[in-house]
Amino acid sequence: MPTDSATTAHAADAYLLRRRPPSEKLLDTGFRQLSLVMASTVAVVLISIFLVVFTGAREAIGEFGLAFLTTSGWDPVNQQYGAFVAIYGTLVTSILSLTIAVPLGVGTAILITEDVLPKTIRDAVGLMVELLAAIPSVVLGLWAIFVMEPAIRPALNLLHAWLGWSPFFNTTAQGPGMAPAILILVVMVLPIITAISRDALNQVPVELRQGAYGVGTTRWGAIFSVILPAAVSAITGGVMLSLGRAMGETMAVTMIIGNSINFNISLLAPGNTIASMLANQFGEADGIQVSALMYAAVILMILTFTVNVLAQWIVRRLSLRY
Amino acid sequence: MATTSIRSSKNNQPNALFDRRPLNFDPTLKRNRINRVLTSIAGVFGALAVLPLFLVLLYVLFQGGRLLSPTLFTQLPPPPGLDGGGIGNAVIGTILVTLIASVIAIPIGVGGGIYLNEYSTRGWFSQFISFGNDILAGVPSIITGVFVYGIVVSTRLFFNQSFSAVAGGLALAVLMLPTVIKTTDEGLKLVPQELRWGSYGIGASKFVTVMRVTLPAAFTPIATGVVLAIARAAGETAPLIFTALFSPFWPEGIFNPIATMSVLIFNFSIMPYEAQNELAWAASFVLVIMILAANLIARWISSLSRN
Repeated sequence: MPTDSATTAHAADAYLLRRRPPSEKLLDTGFRQLSLVMASTVAVVLISIFLVVFTGAREAIGEFGLAFLTTSGWDPVNQQYGAFVAIYGTLVTSILSLTIAVPLGVGTAILITEDVLPKTIRDAVGLMVELLAAIPSVVLGLWAIFVMEPAIRPALNLLHAWLGWSPFFNTTAQGPGMAPAILILVVMVLPIITAISRDALNQVPVELRQGAYGVGTTRWGAIFSVILPAAVSAITGGVMLSLGRAMGETMAVTMIIGNSINFNISLLAPGNTIASMLANQFGEADGIQVSALMYAAVILMILTFTVNVLAQWIVRRLSLRY
Repeated sequence: MATTSIRSSKNNQPNALFDRRPLNFDPTLKRNRINRVLTSIAGVFGALAVLPLFLVLLYVLFQGGRLLSPTLFTQLPPPPGLDGGGIGNAVIGTILVTLIASVIAIPIGVGGGIYLNEYSTRGWFSQFISFGNDILAGVPSIITGVFVYGIVVSTRLFFNQSFSAVAGGLALAVLMLPTVIKTTDEGLKLVPQELRWGSYGIGASKFVTVMRVTLPAAFTPIATGVVLAIARAAGETAPLIFTALFSPFWPEGIFNPIATMSVLIFNFSIMPYEAQNELAWAASFVLVIMILAANLIARWISSLSRN
């Protein structure tokens, strides 16, 4: 008995509440504060991006006002600037490229997620689409200049021969232009749409699928009336995200769009986008031209900001309950 | 079609509760024909999606691969109009600028991710940070170039130097930051709560728990994300055009303009000289190989945990 109580006393000694030394506490709170500061960097950077671009643009906003959005002159000699050509080009190239890329991307995602093909082939297709996303945009631009554009020029001219009566095709394709830029944008946003649609389709509960097949529908009946509706909010969110990406995409578009400052409604003619205007002129600009470019950058930021916020809102709010 | 078959089966076996006809697949049915058409359309879409990768890789490997030689990495680009030369300065420049960006973005990003998942109470502040992180990820890369130009280049912030490798590195760091934060946050979310409780239970402080238990447990997803972010940054051009600029010479320290492969491809592809265009293809080859290798490494890292 006495030995027993002795060991208990020893044990109590060993397990006495030990207070942490101050240095350890300091390290603990210090690390907490440090990580807080690091997380805040995001907010600081984001807000200062808006501030820097907006203060840079203030002079041009005062000078040109809202007319900047609707006039199309870009004249560094007379210091008259209007961004209509670039805004039009940004919207047209991004929206048209998405109209092509969305069916392709969602179709590819369906092909990857449904058991149409053996799993090894589907995984290989998925891997290749992911690798396509990894290719730098400047390399795609180089390829577009020297390989894609010369290759598709006859096809574009055929389009001109058939549809030349419509204003969208009333010029001949002679090199860089909006149409090749749209096609290279398709290549760039396709992997994003495919990846997001694939994740969305994979997250559809397997019971929904089984239920659809259980009542005797075909594969595409199940896809169109059960699986796609269940995944539609995530896919739409992904489409909006890639719209933002397409609007801000710079290098490949700059290299192939022709950077024209004149307005031309034809898709086969050279055009411009806000991002490519910035890439081309920002380095050499001075005076009010810098401010006008910053103004264009503000417009681009507002466009992409709206699209991105909308994308997040869609994913959070419009998800179907099943 | 279906109604007639039921009626006929009822005529044959009036007492059977269920139709005993064997399961059969009639390929001439309208729904099955539509099914086949749609499946082949999806197949064509998939092929179209993969086609550009093959075409781009094919051209980059052929056009760039045939220029591969030791001098490519040891010589400077030639002046316009002359032949030969290499892209040695641009290779070093890309590595240097990406390194600067990684040194800035990875600690801050991992720290921010740790805050979001380990310390924050998921209140309004951390929600604001997560939201801001998603928005920052969506900011066009050219805008980050304009931003760094505005605060570093035009103000001559560093030693009265305008364009510099550090400015380029900062611009790339802004691009990398959201990816690193996101992958750290997501990676830490996967760590089982029991591991943290176990660590607190044996008396470890929060700092020790994060450093010795939680972070190592989430190493694989974080490392995968970080490698992918580095690969993406190495190929970025837009933020570098007017921050790091370009230089036809060997790097002269990190506070001077520096050549990078991506800007070299951009500058040389629009030049009317054969030699420059060929160097652009060669640089594409080197860049694509580096980035694809990084992607495969990332896949290998992420497969480590699965086995």
